[in-house]
Amino acid sequence: MGLDILMIEDEPNIAEAVRFIMTREGWQFGLHHDGAGGIEEIERHRPRLVILDLMLPNRSGTEILCDLRAAEDPALAATPVLMLTARGETTEAGSGADAVLAKPFANEDLRALVRQMLS
Amino acid sequence: MSDRSGPHVLTGTRIRERRLALSRRQAQLARAVGISPAYLNLIEHNRRPVSPELVSRLAGELQVPPEELAQGREEARIAALREAAAQPLPEAQAAELDQAAEFIARYPGWSQLLVGHARRAAALERQLTTLSERMTRDPYLLTTLHEVLSAVTSLRSTASILVEEEDIPADWRRRFHGNLNEDSQRLSVTAQSLVAYLDSFETEAAPLTPQEEVEQWLEAGALEDAALASDAARAMAARLAMRMQDDRDALPDLRLAAAATGQEGAGVPDPVMMAEGLRVPLDLLLRRLAMLRPPGFESAGLLACDASGTLTFRRAAPGFPLPRPGESCPLWPLYEALAAPGAALQRQVVTPDGRRFWTLSLAARRQPQGMSGPVLIEGLMLVLPEPGAARADATAIGPTCRICPRRDCPARREPSILAPATAAGMRAGITNLPDGR
Repeated sequence: MGLDILMIEDEPNIAEAVRFIMTREGWQFGLHHDGAGGIEEIERHRPRLVILDLMLPNRSGTEILCDLRAAEDPALAATPVLMLTARGETTEAGSGADAVLAKPFANEDLRALVRQMLS
Repeated sequence: MSDRSGPHVLTGTRIRERRLALSRRQAQLARAVGISPAYLNLIEHNRRPVSPELVSRLAGELQVPPEELAQGREEARIAALREAAAQPLPEAQAAELDQAAEFIARYPGWSQLLVGHARRAAALERQLTTLSERMTRDPYLLTTLHEVLSAVTSLRSTASILVEEEDIPADWRRRFHGNLNEDSQRLSVTAQSLVAYLDSFETEAAPLTPQEEVEQWLEAGALEDAALASDAARAMAARLAMRMQDDRDALPDLRLAAAATGQEGAGVPDPVMMAEGLRVPLDLLLRRLAMLRPPGFESAGLLACDASGTLTFRRAAPGFPLPRPGESCPLWPLYEALAAPGAALQRQVVTPDGRRFWTLSLAARRQPQGMSGPVLIEGLMLVLPEPGAARADATAIGPTCRICPRRDCPARREPSILAPATAAGMRAGITNLPDGR
């Protein structure tokens, strides 16, 4: 069974909280902790949604998003992306993402946004 | 004994008073003007004479006109009042400069208060500029704030789960409690270091970028064994040292000093004629003049940029308004020279506080990879403080738009934090935007 959600986030405690919330909703959840290898993980799992942190070690969320949108496979390139950013970064860094959520966020906002993007 | 009883007595005391008013350390000021801290200490205690050239350098560093340090107390007070009047308030009536002496004589307390407030405002303005620059550019601050944000995000999500979610399995509950403890500790440590760092803002600005580190290293004498904090600064310093050595080999100190001495007393020096006489390229001569600072060029500064306009080298002339690395004023003649490579442009410039500088700018082309490689252009601007009144054709420059108080500058690209631009000024400047809005 494929993943519903792949999260790329280097902060383990944030990732753990999000994993708990997402799996409670019944969604299949996968996690990758580094910017490097992020695009390969997306290609491998083909998730229905990517939750992508902007500030990642080795490769930024913006770079991963660019790689994804430039993928040869149109279905892969169109994978919905929810970008997590600091509030000041939303306008610039979020361009290209399907949705942007500023940190710190309310769990309910995250849940509602993911529900909407997966529906 | 004459050194102790003459005018130097007051000069030393004034230097000390002004330095303390700016909260600058003796060692730091001594280094900035190229003398030892021990010698500056003797000067400040009126135990050594101080040459006019050194007074000029000290005045530049202490941001006062040299006359204020060197002349009598009464004249210094008039100069201070004029300095206060040179910072007019928007919409305010111009001060009656011709009545400054009478004002001081009739109301000594009020005049002292006015000068004190003007200086305090100028000091606060400088501090505001430094803080603003740091807040928006400082990588340490940005990284630390990101760390705070991450910890807060984790705390909020985890705490919400514990409060709002029902039937949390015991192992998850334990894990979340552990995460809360970990994140709260991380937040405490980060917040403490952030507060300690912000506290340091009250003292003098520490070097923040590799370029600033290299500039301090250069001013301290470019010592081979000097400890530079960052790898980038070490690499930049090594490259600069190599280029300086190449330049020195091509134009040795003694040869340059002899040529400069021949220019003394001839008014404004002419590096173009010097280069002709020495049979060396003008760009080499400009770099060497700024490095050696021979007679006639003791206060010389040099700015260099690449074809993109990015400053690649900065050595400030005393009093010349240098912003943080990465920013500059588009009206510096340095950029005008980029449009006419090979031509030496002589311009007088005036800073917002009325200081005047003679500049000579040149853009030199080279192709280090041969004729099939790219053409690289390097702009150079030699800067010398210039006494006397501003000429009618002098160019009004600033440090960089964000901290420049000129209200109606046609080259303005963003509003100033010191004096918001007028609508007319912004309209004039905004035509420079690439989309032509």
